[in-house]
Amino acid sequence: MPSLWIKNARVIDPANKRDAVGELFVKNGLIVDSLSAAEKKKAKVIDADGLVACPGLVDIHVHFREPGQTHKENIATGSHCAAAGGFTTVVCMPNTSPPASNTGTIQFIKDAIKRDAVVKVLPTGCITVDMKGEKLASIGSLAKAGVVAITDDGDCVQSNELMRRACEYAKMFDLPLMDHCQDHSMTVGAVMNEGEVSARLGLRGWPNAAEDLIVARNIILATYTGAHIHLQHISSANSVELIRRAKSRGVSISAEATPHHIALTDDCIETYDPKFKMNPPLRTAADRDAIIEGLRDGSIDIVATDHAPHTDYEKDQEFDYAPNGILGLETSLAVTLDVLVRKHRFRLPKVIDLMTRKPAELMKLPAGTLSVGAAADICLFDPKEEWTYDAKAGFSKSSNSPWHGETLRGRVKTTIVDGKVIYDGKTVKKRG
Amino acid sequence: MSWNRRHLLTLEELSLDELNQIHSTATAFKKILTRSVKKVPALRGKTIVNLFLEPSTRTRMAFDMAAKRLSADVISLDAKTSSTTKGESLRDTAQNIEALQADMIVVRHSAPGSPLYLSKILGIPVINAGDGAHEHPTQGLLDTFTMRERIGDLKGRRVVILGDILYSRVARSNIQALIKFGADVTLCGPSTLVPHRFESFGVKVSHNLREALHDAEVVMLLRIQHERQNAGMFPSIGEYTSMFGLNQERAAWLHPDAIIMHPGPINRGVEIDSELADGPRSVILDQVTNGIAVRMAVLYLCSGGQPEYVTSSAA
Repeated sequence: MPSLWIKNARVIDPANKRDAVGELFVKNGLIVDSLSAAEKKKAKVIDADGLVACPGLVDIHVHFREPGQTHKENIATGSHCAAAGGFTTVVCMPNTSPPASNTGTIQFIKDAIKRDAVVKVLPTGCITVDMKGEKLASIGSLAKAGVVAITDDGDCVQSNELMRRACEYAKMFDLPLMDHCQDHSMTVGAVMNEGEVSARLGLRGWPNAAEDLIVARNIILATYTGAHIHLQHISSANSVELIRRAKSRGVSISAEATPHHIALTDDCIETYDPKFKMNPPLRTAADRDAIIEGLRDGSIDIVATDHAPHTDYEKDQEFDYAPNGILGLETSLAVTLDVLVRKHRFRLPKVIDLMTRKPAELMKLPAGTLSVGAAADICLFDPKEEWTYDAKAGFSKSSNSPWHGETLRGRVKTTIVDGKVIYDGKTVKKRG
Repeated sequence: MSWNRRHLLTLEELSLDELNQIHSTATAFKKILTRSVKKVPALRGKTIVNLFLEPSTRTRMAFDMAAKRLSADVISLDAKTSSTTKGESLRDTAQNIEALQADMIVVRHSAPGSPLYLSKILGIPVINAGDGAHEHPTQGLLDTFTMRERIGDLKGRRVVILGDILYSRVARSNIQALIKFGADVTLCGPSTLVPHRFESFGVKVSHNLREALHDAEVVMLLRIQHERQNAGMFPSIGEYTSMFGLNQERAAWLHPDAIIMHPGPINRGVEIDSELADGPRSVILDQVTNGIAVRMAVLYLCSGGQPEYVTSSAA
């Protein structure tokens, strides 16, 4: 493998508080201080003039649908999407078919990752058996099999007692719990945010109180048990405030926001277009703004995509019946830059931090840094380039994206995993 | 005055002028209903498909009758007889109907927005006959038609809609039309079924029946479904009736010339006492008759007919 010499990049590495135009050197798949003159001669040179070089992006919330729903996505195509989006490490959710609640399924997923993935894909396991919310999954065995967290994502453990025991049990293995916060009793048949728009459209509403209640529950359980609970895709202003207060008391919780929840609101649903249907639903401008403020002050720790592929024919039906979820990996950086940097004046290194060091730290992953000796997982992007996203020409098996056909700004040019260029701005190359 | 719409999807999208065009066309068509030969050739040779994927009696019959009064051929499909029971998508079902050379499709569906969805897929006119809790535009048209027929201009007139607003497509369509006609609309019922967010429509929300009914010239009752009780929206049907049911005593709070309306089907003794439903102030059966005329107008206009023609000659 040739060494890499990346020149003239604006290197942003929040883990090392680095933000300056300079060089990056890669040797034997690792970040190194420098290359010798002889090594430089042989190195592959990448002139990154005008580009930002940052750690490969880290997404702790993706759905790759393997096993069981590989007509939507599989680990190969999902990891290709990740590469095209600048991601080098992703954590995939266990709501596969069957759900990843036993070590056999985890082994199946790990085999597929080893065989097919072009970026680093890490599995999670379920909290409860088959995500039924009735009985704890074999959490210890799952930990031993290599899951990085447990979650019933897509569902939410409704029993407070079971969630409490899951916290106590998982803490033994130092496994974080990730929770999709939704009180099911308040969201029966719900398909969008409950509010003025749902009242007008006649669609069944999902009140933000249903999220807030579980966020509050999880804060109480994290306090009581000492386990770490990561609150997934927060969508409500009240939840942000609950998290803010809990963090000020030192409770061991963390939270994520998705690009779509900081970019879009429930007004988008005016035409009943299922490409805007997701769970939790898009909420009001006040909720959106609160989440952005949460990202600014650290109440919300990270950005995660909730990349959720569905085929065209599944999404192309009545809004009530279309599945929840949208693609996220290929547009995440551009959308997040647009919302946070351009519209809300976040500093670029802060945004990179939300998408690299912090998510890696939350899941204790060896990623999100350009430190010397670290794996050379690097993303090069042009923060100014405008491009039109064509989801149908993207790397996913699906194309369910609200940004299909939209002009975005900020484009990934190169993705490097363990020192190898796996995405060159056009094509994805297999790791070998 | 000309009609430029191919579909009728919502009353929200219609202008006051368009609402008036439908009403004046319906007025002309209504005269046909009193003749010995209740038929005109306006849609002769056209085929209309009623795709009713949710149960309906009066709406479906009224559309059926309206189409036949215009000499159209009508085919009716319901959930049991359509291939949707075999898992066929709405898109495929509707595209097959179009491929069978239907000229227009009337759709009733439990999913809000489904007529809009079909209008984007199909090249033929789509008429919304009720989409979930969203809109029931022809009901809103026939209700306001009936009001105007009985009390005249609706500008500034006090109209109360009483009952399950939250889940009611009838309420939403009526609100959209009444606001455009300048009526003063109050929604009334238990707070669980009449949330204050409906004020964003430009109407008043009240949970005090006496205040709401005071001097109102129209009260429109909506059906209370037992399933709402099971869902915890109110404690019991008995309590609902005791708090919000319309009886003689409460009807006395209305304006002396007030009319009582109900889109049906009625729960006698629940939202309305029988003697009121059958009494002189009730226009419930007028609504049913007007439903034919209004739907004739809608089918006629959306199939390319122009209001001038029917108002000057067809009637």
